[in-house]
Amino acid sequence: MVFPVAQRWLLAALILAGVASAVSGSMDPYFLDVVMGVGVSVVLASSLNLINGFTGQFSLGHAGFMAVGAYTSAMLTTVVAPRLGWNPLLLQWVFFPLSLIAAGLLAAVAGLAVGAPSLRLKGDYLAIVTLGFGEIIRVVLQNMDVVGGARGLTGVPAYSNLFWTFGTAALTVYTVWALLNSTHGRGFLAVADDEVAAEAMGLDTTRYKITAFGIGSFFAGVAGGLYAHLKGYLNPGGFSFDKSIEIVVMVILGGMGRHAGVVFAAILLTLLPEGLRELGSRSVPNPFGGADWSLDWIKEMRMILYSLMLIVLMLMRPQGLFHRSERRRRGA
Amino acid sequence: MTEFLQQLLNGVLLGAIYALIALGYTMVYGVLRFINFAHSDVFMLGAFVAWYSVEKLGLPTQSIGGGLAALLLSMSVCAVLGVVIEKLAYKPLRQRSTLTVLITAIGVSLLIQNVAQNSRLGFGPNPKAFPALFPSQQLHFGALTVSTHQLVVLGVALSLLGVLYWIVHHTRIGTAMRALSFNATAASLVGINNDRIISFTFGLGSALAGAGGVLYAMNYPSIDPLMGTLPGLKAFVAAVLGGIGNLPGAALGGLLIGLVETFVSGTRLSTFRDAIAFGILIAILLFRPAGLLGKLKVEKV
Repeated sequence: MVFPVAQRWLLAALILAGVASAVSGSMDPYFLDVVMGVGVSVVLASSLNLINGFTGQFSLGHAGFMAVGAYTSAMLTTVVAPRLGWNPLLLQWVFFPLSLIAAGLLAAVAGLAVGAPSLRLKGDYLAIVTLGFGEIIRVVLQNMDVVGGARGLTGVPAYSNLFWTFGTAALTVYTVWALLNSTHGRGFLAVADDEVAAEAMGLDTTRYKITAFGIGSFFAGVAGGLYAHLKGYLNPGGFSFDKSIEIVVMVILGGMGRHAGVVFAAILLTLLPEGLRELGSRSVPNPFGGADWSLDWIKEMRMILYSLMLIVLMLMRPQGLFHRSERRRRGA
Repeated sequence: MTEFLQQLLNGVLLGAIYALIALGYTMVYGVLRFINFAHSDVFMLGAFVAWYSVEKLGLPTQSIGGGLAALLLSMSVCAVLGVVIEKLAYKPLRQRSTLTVLITAIGVSLLIQNVAQNSRLGFGPNPKAFPALFPSQQLHFGALTVSTHQLVVLGVALSLLGVLYWIVHHTRIGTAMRALSFNATAASLVGINNDRIISFTFGLGSALAGAGGVLYAMNYPSIDPLMGTLPGLKAFVAAVLGGIGNLPGAALGGLLIGLVETFVSGTRLSTFRDAIAFGILIAILLFRPAGLLGKLKVEKV
């Protein structure tokens, strides 16, 4: 009887997102921006967790699929939508979600195109192929004048609100969760646990891997669409390897293959840079007299901290920070 | 025709540099079965060591002695660095899963890049002009123009490949390396100190990457902390193309990637030159996953 409970949670989350969205008019825009960013991160991290965590593959190109989705939905709302002559409310509540689905579908197609040839490969090869694919997407976007090329795409309408970001986040977490309790999900877990054994049991491991990859890419694309309509501006450079790494760190920090841990890590790692930025703008009184010590250096340390965290985590706690026995695994 | 020869020369030069980097990837893969993501950053540091040795230590530019000294210095610094990285980050993970080591390698790579980009701790994010290490002059062979720097790049790369071949095939430690890569357990049973050989492999690969960095900077004289990423990825593609774990394969793959990239740059598709290598990678993985010279291994259960 786990399903109905989970569905009730999903419903509660959606209603909460709707209420929050309705009262968000009076909230501080900066605060709203950060909070919606958290929602997008949760979508990204949960969907990557499906690929990297539950299915045990290692994708380094999540930002690439996000870019496909971001550009698809942004092109739909900036080029197609104005020609329809719909009123703004209809655009935000009907056209925008459709564009998000289109974004997800195109990203999924891209995911399948990459996944089909490369998922026959093992761990590190797959990492490199997905990384390479992310780079190809970036180069292609930079060379496409229709989408603004290297200058970027501006004037994307701000359709993302609390309802869309958090509703999608809740839906993503629910979908990944529900999927893992289905036949498909058991297949994913079997592939992650022991690919050879799974194959010996008659599972089509490549098909399971490709399915997981396609679904993960779909949500990455949706997250891209949300991101585009949150920032209002897209630049191919924003979907670089660094972005993929950021998502990977969320999944690893949360513990690969943990639902709640990854969501929590996504929230933490999205708020952390904001906190560091805030901290960096302050200064500490100098105990020896003289000028105050500026904490300016903290701003530059973010990526250094990320990378150190990654290394130390792998050396000390490769199972992730928030490891609890949410899912028992035999052996490794 | 002249243009073709000129492009051919450029392609071979670029390919020789890729080959040097690819050898490091392939050697490490041979002994440890993982991709050392930090390799491309060692390559970057190689270029910066040479830059420092000229700008801060005052080695003479435009001289053969100074150039060779800078080259040797950066190779040694990189070798030491490679060994240190292995000891600190990878050795504690010897028994863990490939994924753990891979993530650690990505972490090390990011750490080096970000420390290097930090203006307080490293070099700062701005590109720096790379000095002319060796005497620079344009030589003319008929219609073909060749700079002395290009000759140095070719000469150094070829001699390093020769030295590597000699080490791997004609010394005790090279034999041990090959034994380790063939079967690590059996190697340690016959008295090979695996940890020492792994350190040596990292040192050797990193020295080659350092040399590659210096040569690359001589060819494209602007260096920055992120300069290693793309050449590193392409060199990795080269290693896979030739068959990962296979030394002649890495050299061949490097050469091919360098040539293809140079010839693509000469066409209308030049803006896509960085995407070409990955296209090749995906194609090779589809049609010949073991690489050109590699042998497909059957997984035993």
